[in-house]
This record gives sequence, C-alpha cells and structure tokens, in this order.
Amino acid sequence: MAERSFKKEAEKLRLGDGAEFHGEGILAVTKALLQSGVAYVAGYQGAPISHLMDVLTDSAEVLQDLGVHFEHSASEATAAATLAASVNYPLRGAVTFKSTVGTNVASDALANLASSGVNGGALIIVGEDYGEGSSIMQERSHAFAMKSQIWLMDPRPNLPSIVKAVEVGFELSEASQTPVMLELRIRACHVHGRFTAKDNVRPGFTLKQAMENPVRDTNRIVLPPASYLHEKEKIETRWPAAVEFIKQRGLNEFFAEDAADIGIVLQGGMYNTVARGLELLGLADAYGESRIPLYVMNVTYPLVDEEFRRFCAGKRAVLMVEEGQPDFLEQALHAILRKADIQTKVHGKDVLPKAGEYTGDAVLRGLRRFLDQVAPSLLPSTLPAGAAEPGQPKEPAVAAAEAQVHSRPPSFCTGCPERPIFTAMKLVERELGPHHVSCDIGCHLFSILPPFNIGASTMGYGLGWAGAAALNAKDSSKRTISVMGDGGFWHNGLASGVGNAVFNQTDNVLVIVDNNYTAATGGQDLMSSKAENPLRKTQNSIENAVRGVGVNWVKSITHTYSVGQMRDVLKEALTTKVKGPKVVIAQSECMLNKQRRVKPLLRQAVKDGKRVVRERFGVDHDTCTGDHSCIRLSGCPSLSVKTNPDPLRKDPVATVLDSCVGCGLCGEVSHAAVLCPSFYRAEIISNPSFGDRFVAGLRRWIIGFFQNRIDRRLGVSA
Amino acid sequence: MDTNQPAPKAISIAILAMGGEGGGVLADWLIDMAERAGSHVQATSVPGVAQRTGATIYYVEIFPGAADPGRAPVLALMPVPGNVDIVIASELMEAGRAVQRGLVTPSRTTLIASTNRVYSMTERTAMADGRVDSDKLIEGARTAAKSLLAADYARIAEESGSVISAALFGALAASNRLPFARSDFEEAIRRGGVGVEASLRAFTRAHEAASGAPADGPAAEPAAKHPRLPRKQREAIERMPEAARATVIAGCARLLDYQDAIYTKLYLRRLARFDPTNVTLLSEVARYLALWMAYEDIARVADLKIRRSRFARVAEEVRVQEGQVLRIREFLHPRPQEIADALPARLAPWLLRSWLLKRLTAKGRIVETTSIGGFLLLYLAASLRRIRRRSLRFAIEQERIEAWLAEIMEAAPKQPALALAIAECQQLVKGYGDTHVRGIANYEAVMSALPRLKGKPDSAERLSNLRQAALADDSGGKLRAATAELAP
Repeated sequence: MAERSFKKEAEKLRLGDGAEFHGEGILAVTKALLQSGVAYVAGYQGAPISHLMDVLTDSAEVLQDLGVHFEHSASEATAAATLAASVNYPLRGAVTFKSTVGTNVASDALANLASSGVNGGALIIVGEDYGEGSSIMQERSHAFAMKSQIWLMDPRPNLPSIVKAVEVGFELSEASQTPVMLELRIRACHVHGRFTAKDNVRPGFTLKQAMENPVRDTNRIVLPPASYLHEKEKIETRWPAAVEFIKQRGLNEFFAEDAADIGIVLQGGMYNTVARGLELLGLADAYGESRIPLYVMNVTYPLVDEEFRRFCAGKRAVLMVEEGQPDFLEQALHAILRKADIQTKVHGKDVLPKAGEYTGDAVLRGLRRFLDQVAPSLLPSTLPAGAAEPGQPKEPAVAAAEAQVHSRPPSFCTGCPERPIFTAMKLVERELGPHHVSCDIGCHLFSILPPFNIGASTMGYGLGWAGAAALNAKDSSKRTISVMGDGGFWHNGLASGVGNAVFNQTDNVLVIVDNNYTAATGGQDLMSSKAENPLRKTQNSIENAVRGVGVNWVKSITHTYSVGQMRDVLKEALTTKVKGPKVVIAQSECMLNKQRRVKPLLRQAVKDGKRVVRERFGVDHDTCTGDHSCIRLSGCPSLSVKTNPDPLRKDPVATVLDSCVGCGLCGEVSHAAVLCPSFYRAEIISNPSFGDRFVAGLRRWIIGFFQNRIDRRLGVSA
Repeated sequence: MDTNQPAPKAISIAILAMGGEGGGVLADWLIDMAERAGSHVQATSVPGVAQRTGATIYYVEIFPGAADPGRAPVLALMPVPGNVDIVIASELMEAGRAVQRGLVTPSRTTLIASTNRVYSMTERTAMADGRVDSDKLIEGARTAAKSLLAADYARIAEESGSVISAALFGALAASNRLPFARSDFEEAIRRGGVGVEASLRAFTRAHEAASGAPADGPAAEPAAKHPRLPRKQREAIERMPEAARATVIAGCARLLDYQDAIYTKLYLRRLARFDPTNVTLLSEVARYLALWMAYEDIARVADLKIRRSRFARVAEEVRVQEGQVLRIREFLHPRPQEIADALPARLAPWLLRSWLLKRLTAKGRIVETTSIGGFLLLYLAASLRRIRRRSLRFAIEQERIEAWLAEIMEAAPKQPALALAIAECQQLVKGYGDTHVRGIANYEAVMSALPRLKGKPDSAERLSNLRQAALADDSGGKLRAATAELAP
C-alpha cells in the first residue's frame, strides 16, 4: 500500500451538500469527480497527482457505494486508452498522471481518443511537474493539447475554482465531443484550502449498461476514411462548439475590465502570483481588487478570439503572463490582434523570463518592468523589496554565510536497499574499471549524484536498457550496465528493454531493482509487490517474466545488503563467457515502506512484553581515523560525522545517528571494502528471556574479571 | 501603501526543512490553529522527490479573519523574496539557504533557526574535515534578519523525547509575530493528538530558549587527566613551554595508554630535540608524533574494543534501557599483512606465505565482544601489545617516524613554515587496510616532492597544497596532477 494512509481523507469524500471541505487541491479534484457523476477513474501515480490515486485506493467503499470503477493503470498509455469507454457510451471518465512525462507516454492513446471524439465527458487531469521541486524535463503540456486538439483548462489555483473546472470540464467535453485536459501545477495540487461541497452523484449511465448493450460506430474509429472525417470535424464542429461553450458559460474571467487603458492577460494558474505582485506594487488589495484590468484564461486552449479582441480594444498595451516556453499564447495573441488590426502593444517574454518557473519575484519584476514602459505613473514612489533589478552588493557577513551553503539534492533514504547495489558497483569499478551505465527513472537515479557518481544517461521510465541498445558492439571488451526499477519494468521495460535485448541479441547486463513498490511515486503496489492486496493481484515474479521473454542468464539476489555477494554477481555478469543478455534482479524491500510497516508492530510487541531484538550500528570514535571512506561508499543519511572527541586529532570522526535502522550495510561495506574495524552492530534485546538474562549475567561476570585487569593497567579505579 | 491605515495583508511564513523532518506537521498545526481562530489560511509545498532527504520548503499564509469575514483574500502560493514575515529553518545550513534565497530581510523577517547541523553529502564525504563554518552561518543569519531566534531546537526536541517541529512551534509562539495566544498554539498540538505530552515539553523548553533564556552551551570538556608518569618524565613535561604543554600531556597519555612509560620516554626524548622557542612547531610535532607513534594495529584495536568504558559508551550511544540486554558485534577484516605486522619480525615473512592465514583472512569476521569466546579472542589480540616492540610493523614505523622527524629538524631553523607543513603531512597517514595503504602512498608521494621544494620561498604553501590535493579525492588523481605540475 502507499506510504501514507488516506483513510481520514477518504471520509471527506462523503461530504454532502453545503458541508465545508478542507484539504489539499488534488483531493478537492477527487471530490469534484464524485460530485460530477464520474463512472470510472484510472491513472498512473507520480508527483504531484499521487495523492489522487492514493485517496481513491483508500476509498474503495465510497466508490463501491457510488458504482464508480477505479483502476491502477499499467502505464499512462493504459490510462489514456481507458477513456475509450467514453467514445461510444455516455459515460463520464477521468484519468490522471504526471505531466509532461505521463502525457508523453499517453500521447498515442490521447491522439486516437481526440481523433475519435467522445460521447461521455472525458477528463485528463495532469499534474504539471514544472519549476521548483520538479524531477523531470522542463516542458509544457500545452503542446499536446494543441497538436491533438484537446481542450486545456488551467484554473485559478484555489479550491472553488479547481472544483468548478472539474465539473464544467465534463460539460465542455460533452458539449464539444472532445476530451478535456485539466492542468494543475505542483503547488496547486498541494495547496491547502476549502470549498463548499455538494452531494456525490451516481453515474447516470453505468459500465454494466454499456457492457450489456454494446455500441459500434465505424465513424468513431481511427481508420480511413473516418480519420479524415475526424480532422474536419475537429475544426468545423467541435472547435466552434467549444469556443461557444467557453464564451457562454464565462469560463474565462474579466476583472476590472475598464479600470485602465492597459491590461494583463494571464493563465488562470498564474492568478495568485500576479495578484500578489499587484498588491505589493499597491495596484490591488489583499482581496484581489485590481486597478489594472485582468483577463484570466481558465481555458488556455482553445482561445476565444472574440474575448481577446474585446479585452484589448481601447487598451494601449497588454502584458501576457504565460509560464513556460515556447510562448504559444503570446504568439496567438499577436496573430489575433494583427488579423483584427488592433494596435494594442503586446508585452510578455520581453519583460518576463523566457524560460523557467514564474516565481513571485519573477512576476513582480516583470510587472514592474511592464509598468515602467507603459504606465510609470502607476508605480509607487518606493518600490517593494524584490521589484527592482537585482545587483546590490551583499553585506559581507551575509555573503560569507551564503558561501557556506551546499546544495542538498534528494538521495537514498536511511537503510535504502538500493544503496548497496551502487556500493557494489563502486567496488566492481575499482576492480574492472568504469563501465557505461544507462539509468532509468526511479529512486535508483540518485546514483548519478555523490557519493556514487554512477550513470551516464536516462531516457525515461522503463527505458534504462533501451537507452543502451546501440552500445552493442560485438568486438567490445567491456559490457554495458543498465539499471531499471520494478516500476519501470512493469510499466514498459519488460517489452522495450528486456524483449528488445533478447530480440537484438545483446551481450550486456541489466540490473533490475526490485523493492516491492513503485517507491519513488509514494510506495504504491505493483505487479510484483510481496504484499497481499485485497484490490489487486500482486506477487507476480519478475524473474519468471524475464525468463518468459527469453533471457537465460538470470540471477536473483534476495538480500541486496550483502555487498560482497552483490559485487560478485555483478562481476560475473560483466565477465562471464556466456553470450546473450544478462539480468541481475536485486531484491529487498523499500526501507521507507518497511519501517512504516514494521515499526508499529515492533512497538506493540515490546508493549505486549514479547522478546524483541532491535539492531543498530555504531562507530567507535577512538578507532575511527576520520578518512570517511565508509561514507563515500554509502552516503546513508544516518552515517554522518561529528567533532573528534580526541584532543590530538582534528578531522571529524564518522558517527551513526539514532535514525539508523540497522540495515547492515555499514558492516558489509567495511568487510567487502576491507575498510576499518570501527563499526559495531549493537543488538538491544527488549523483554529478554530467562536464558538471555542468565547468559548475560554469566558473561558479565567472566568478562568483568578481565576488564578489571585492564582497568588496573590503565589506572582506572574499577 | 499611501494611506495612514495599513491595508490588511497576509502574514507570510516559509518553513525550510529536509524531507521527512516534520515540516509538514508544523504546517498542519499552523493551518489548524489559524482556521480555528477564523482566519483564512493557505499552505502549500513542493515535496516531490525532495521528500527523499532533500531540501524542501513549505509556505503558509495567514490572513487574520477579523478583517472582513465575508470576503476571501487572494493568498500566494510561493514566497516573494523580501516580503516574508517569518522564516523557520529546521537546521542551520537551511537557515543559510533561506538567506541565500533572499527570503530573509532586515526590514521584516523574523528568522527562527535551529543551530543543529545535518551535514551535507559534501561535508560528510570529505577525506579530512569538510565541514562548513557554523559561526559564519549564524552571523550571516543575524545580519540578514530583523530578529533571529536561534537555538539548538533539535537538541531540545530530542531531550524532550519529541520531534523538532514541536520545538520550532514553541519558538514561533515566542516570536509574537502571529495574532494568536500561546494557549492557541498548545491547543493545536493537543488536537493533533500524537505524542502530545512530549510535544508540549519540547514546545515549552523551546519557547523559553527563544524568549531569551540563556541556552546551556555545550558541556565543558573535562580537563585532560595527568597520566601516571615517572618523576623524570613529569619534570621533562614541566620544562616544555606552557603553550605546548597540554598537547604534550595528551600525547603522553595516549602513548601510556597505547604502550607503556618506556614508550612515553621515547616520545619526550624525541620532542626534546626541538627548539622550545618555536612553540607552534613543537605543539604540532607533539600532536602528530603522538598520533604516529600510536599507529593503529590489531593489538590497539582489540585493546580499545574490550574495555569496560567502551561497553558503557556503546550502551549509552544506542540507548540501552534498564532491563534490556545489549550484545555488541564487531566487523573485523584483518588482512594477512596486518596479522604479520603484529607478530615478531622474524615470523612475519614465513607467516605471510602461509596458506592457512590467507584462508582465515579471506573473508571479514563478525566477532561478538560481549560473548566469552569473542571477548577472549580480542583479549588475546590485545595482549600482543607486550610483543609490539619486536614486531615487523614497529620497526618500519619507527624508521618512518625518524625520517619524518629528520626532515622537520632539517627545515626548522631555516624554513620554520616548511617544517610545520612537513609535520602536518602526518595527517595523510591514517586508517586501516586499503585506506592505510593509500595513505602511506600519498604521504610518500607528497614527501618525494620535498627535495624539489626545499629552499624555495613558497615551499610551505606548495607542500600544503600537495597535502590538500591528496585529501581532495581518494582516487589520487588530484595529487598526481599536482605533483606533475611541480616537475621541473
């Protein structure tokens, strides 16, 4: 199950008419889906929409009561294809994934869906992973909407607006027979706010009805001649219908439309940042009452030309606040005004950053630059902090402090079972030299950072082995190593990586990191999870799947912490005379999830008076010489340094923090790398048995005798 | 604003924490407290992969409800640098990061910073001391903020049996920057319902610390015990210049602990060769000479592992409680060379060829020191101390030490800075097994450059640079590059 329980949040999904919902943006979306009479929901987890999937997982009862079907899709492509149910039937369906990576994967199905057109409302909820905290390439989902003619909503980032966007999104989809994409930025997904709930609605048409009364319409299938028909239909029927709907329902918002002869056009998602910028400049109050006209585009595709013309008419200049690149909206605005022969000057990425997140200060400075050029008299006499161009020299003490700050990228958690895999790779590197390493997506990608510095490229989820496909020269004296997680493996890696390697007769090595969960997205279950899952069928073996597609050389390591074993298997895979693809499956449970699972059980056992052994590691500071080799081969957050208590030594010594979970890696590393004898493992036995206590007493007595002798030599009074 | 009545505006709060540190709990308490009081509150974060131990930021805005209950304010989703009222940092480098990001301004920001350090990867993986300067971080934070409430909130939390979020919440209450009473804060903790008593303890202590109660500084270090030395040696120590005496005493204590009073005599005789007026050099030689003479070998490691005081230290470190049983297992991997080193010099070559020894040392051993067998094994190994003087290693180390001392002595009168730099090169020789082999190789590589440096005006600096290059990466690449550059 996921790393966090959402049982409490699941209760909020039952709220009825007039009740106030408090919570995260992405959970408000979930509630809005149920209020809209959705018949099915599917998706693939990933920040920032994982919580939508997780809360539905923990809401099986609520969904059952309403007759809503919910799936954990195998991939985003699966999720998007799931929306095919809305092509022929009046079923409302929603899917969700992380964008743009998920949208990339889904785009085949999305394009077919958009071409077919829909009967029931189809909503694609994308978490736009852009800007600070993002873990993916920086791109926009906007292009996908444009290329396939899917409508794109980008609502103002407050809960009532987001909820409304979901509800009206279904209507827009049905009115224009087109799937609708709802784009939510990271912060909007995680924003805590409130809205007034409505009763949940059972779907008017059910999946059962659809299955028992199948409908077929060749005009809705993407094959000539229908595909040509679809393109025409999109342009001639669906697009105008959408524009009409957006206009009539007032989905885009105008604020203070006639307050000045300049104005700002913005994506809905940018609204709060722009409002704050205006407030700081004294041009709006805390409630968003603006002295500058605003045109807020809650739908950023398609554009309503008429609204643009109306807003710009009579204005000398407008500022387009459009996050990301290319500047699709700014270009469109230019074209609309040009065609209408309106002479309003358009500013945008000339005063705002051309690329990158539109942060509070970026927008504030952009607004100030815009006003500097078109209406300087509106600017306050003293500018607020952050509005001026940067460049003032810093106080020396501040500069000195800033020089002390290191970047702190994410890394493997305490006791992570993936760390020893890369420790072993480091040790192999010492013996055999460096190899080309092709990485994948998942926690294991942290290997590219210190202290491991392993990995040359990453081509996408499940594409670790595919990323090394070309490096398959028959005369090479060295093999390549590819890495793939269990998540990526089931997502597509089995076919795109393993199948491809078998078919193309590679001689290279794949390491599959099998930690029982899709760990990086929040610890959700997957095909090969060890846990019993009442909703899904788990415990499907990766090894069987790999052998099933034709790999003969497969080795499974069931305890990754055995660094020596891990190292030997890797070495064998890299040097064996056996030709053909080689797969090493490295299995150990994700420590984050294991601790979450095991800790409460152990605590209870101690309380119940049961014998419990807790293990943790430690370092003897008097034998540690402060070289920190152990840390360079591990990087565990619990393995740190502290000031040397020895007055003669200056270098800090290694130390094990109390957060240690006793995974065993420290000891294994000091053995495998022949490091130093400073590590010890302490076993603390709670509620010891009579035998434990008897043996301990006997030992204390005998050992005490010798320790007295040592004390006498050292002059310590015993 | 140009009116006299300040316009109502949101109080903005940024929380900088590391993934899994409870920044979310703190934000939840804030939300709960503000909503109870009828305020509008908005909080957001960008956790994502940063949850995995990376730096992460939570942002909260509170709009006091009394202003206009009917209207919803527009609250921002991210801080605008220079316009943040309160910054809370759960760790000192994160406080530095808040300053670096411009979130802390002297006109406006109350900075609540925990002074504890969670070392970065760069700091932890350095081959010597890679830690940054905490004092500079605190000084910069003080300069950048309107007011700084700094204390070791992590320690307060730990001593209260709670988590840092509770302590930081206490400091926030003490800052008086929020329109809520102390009881509102405490009620929020109670409503949270998890570990309430401990959280309130941490809250109270942090509240006191942040309110200006003098924080207890780090415990004073116990004065170095005077070792039990023969009278003559004590007199020799008394003759040392006072500034060097503490180090010499520590050195003697180390060597007496390591071997015996005969060995401390050798130590003092070696030191006596140095000019007592160059106190800096004498102190540093006293330091590094003691460390070198107390080189790590099997007997030493075993000796340190079996002491009563060490058992007690481990028990304290791993928090053994009354009624629990502690077992300690050591991870030992002596190599044939290290075993041969500890034995009499004439046995060593024969032993090194022994097939049995190779078998015995092929794999690491886990020895339970708290078991009778494991203890006696180590006790036996520790007793090799008695024959240490006859061992192969002893002879080799004394030869190296003499050669090193000779170089220092030679440089001392003409180039005292170079002499000091040579003394400091002992820092390279440390560790066990592979680490020690690499250390010796680095030491020899650096020292081999010495003849080319002697007599040059910047020789000390260049030798130090070589030493630092050796400590900069453990593959030896930087040292090779640095020595190659030196070649005439």
